[in-house]
Amino acid sequence: MLKTFLIGILLGIAAAAGALYSLPVVDQHREVSLVTVAPNGGNQESFHANIPMDRIMVGTAGEKSGLPAGLEWPLDDVFAGISAELFKIRNARDVVIGVAARTVAKEEESDVIDWVLHLPARGTLFVNMAPDAQEGGHRIGRLRTGSNEFARLRGFVAERWVVDTSGEEDAPAGRIELLATYVGIAEPLE
Amino acid sequence: MKYLLVLIIGIISGAAIFATGVAFNPFISSQGLSPLAVTDSQTVALTYSGVASDGIVFTNDGESRVSPHPEKVLQLWEASIRKTTASVKELRDGRGQVAGLGIKMSSLSEATRLFAGKAIVDSVWYVYLPGRGGMFIEQTENYWDFLRGIVIPAYRSSANTWQGSWIGNLTAGPGALGTAKVTGSSGEFNGLEMLAVESLAVRAWRSVGGSLAADGQLLIELPPEVTDDSSVDEDFVEDE
Repeated sequence: MLKTFLIGILLGIAAAAGALYSLPVVDQHREVSLVTVAPNGGNQESFHANIPMDRIMVGTAGEKSGLPAGLEWPLDDVFAGISAELFKIRNARDVVIGVAARTVAKEEESDVIDWVLHLPARGTLFVNMAPDAQEGGHRIGRLRTGSNEFARLRGFVAERWVVDTSGEEDAPAGRIELLATYVGIAEPLE
Repeated sequence: MKYLLVLIIGIISGAAIFATGVAFNPFISSQGLSPLAVTDSQTVALTYSGVASDGIVFTNDGESRVSPHPEKVLQLWEASIRKTTASVKELRDGRGQVAGLGIKMSSLSEATRLFAGKAIVDSVWYVYLPGRGGMFIEQTENYWDFLRGIVIPAYRSSANTWQGSWIGNLTAGPGALGTAKVTGSSGEFNGLEMLAVESLAVRAWRSVGGSLAADGQLLIELPPEVTDDSSVDEDFVEDE
C-alpha cells in the first residue's frame, strides 16, 4: 500500500512537471498578418479604428469630462495642452487586433502628435506624426521604434480620416485609417 | 480498487508537492537590486498610483480580478486583446507634483515559464511631460516575485487579502541587466536612447479588486550627455 502511494506521489510530481513544462500558460490569439508588398519597396499594413464604436477614451485638455462616462480628466495646468485618445485597433479584415493610443500635446514650437499601436501577439509600434497635415488632410509620421516583431523595422505611417459612405444603419461615422510602410533596418554584411 | 484509490491520492499529493515546490523554490532567485539604483547618471523619477481606480482610465476584459475604471469604459473582450490591459495615469515627479501623462498597455506574454519563475508581461509606456517632451518605454515585466510575495499569501489568508510592505522591481528586460528600453521622441528627450526600471510598492492587496494601496515608480536613467547638461529641470532629477 505504501509503495503504491509513493509511486503515486512520483507520478504526480512527474505529471505536474511535464504539464507545466509542455503546456503553454499563456496562448495569445493570433490573427493572420495582412501585409502586402509596396510597389516601391518595403511592406505595407493597414490598421483602422471605427468611430465611435472603437473609441475607449477621449480625454481633452480643459474639459473635465469626456469619454467614457464618469471620466475625470485632470484639470491641473500641466494637462492644459494634452489630449489623449484610446482606441481598439482593427486589421484590414475589420477584426480587432490591438489597442492604440493617440496623444496630442500643444507646445510652443509645434504640436507633438504620437501614436502607440499595441498588438499583443506581435509587438508594439511607436509613431511620431508630423505636426502639419498634408494636402488632402492626411498626416505622415515616422515609425520611431517598435518591440518584438517590429523591433527591427522602421518606416512611416500615414493617418487619415475616412468618412463612411455605406449608408448602413449601424455603420460607423467613419474611421481613422493608419497605413504603415515597413522597411527593415540595414545591417552590415559579415 | 483500494490500490487504485491510494494511487490517485498519491498522484494528487505529488502534484500538490510539486506546486508547493515551484511556488517556494529557493533556487529561483529574486530580481534583487535595480541596476539603476547604483548608476552615476542622473535619473528621472516618475511616480503613479498602483491602484486601478485611482488612475484616469483602466480597462481589461471585464472578467479579471481588477474591475475597469470608470465603470462604463469599453472593455477589451475580443480574442486578440482579452489578455491585455490599458491604463492612463497621472504621473508625479520626485516632489509629488503633477508632471505629465502616462499611458501603459500590457499583455500576458507567451514567454511565461512558471517552471523557471517567469510570469512575464510585455508592456509599453508612453510618457509625455509637458514642456519637456515625450518618450516610449518598452519592457518585459516579471511578476513572479509579486505572485509569490503577495498573491499566494493573500489566497492562503482566510479573508483573501494581504497586508504588509512589498517593494519590488517589475522590469526584467529587454536590457541585459533587466532594464527597459526608452526611446525619447520629442522635446529634450528627442533622439535619446535611455534605460528605465519600473517598480511597485504594495501595502494592501485583495483577491477581488487587486491592489488596494500601492504606488508605482518609473526610474529613467538619462544618458551621460544629458547628465552633463545643466538645462535639465532639477524638479525631475532625482540622483546625481
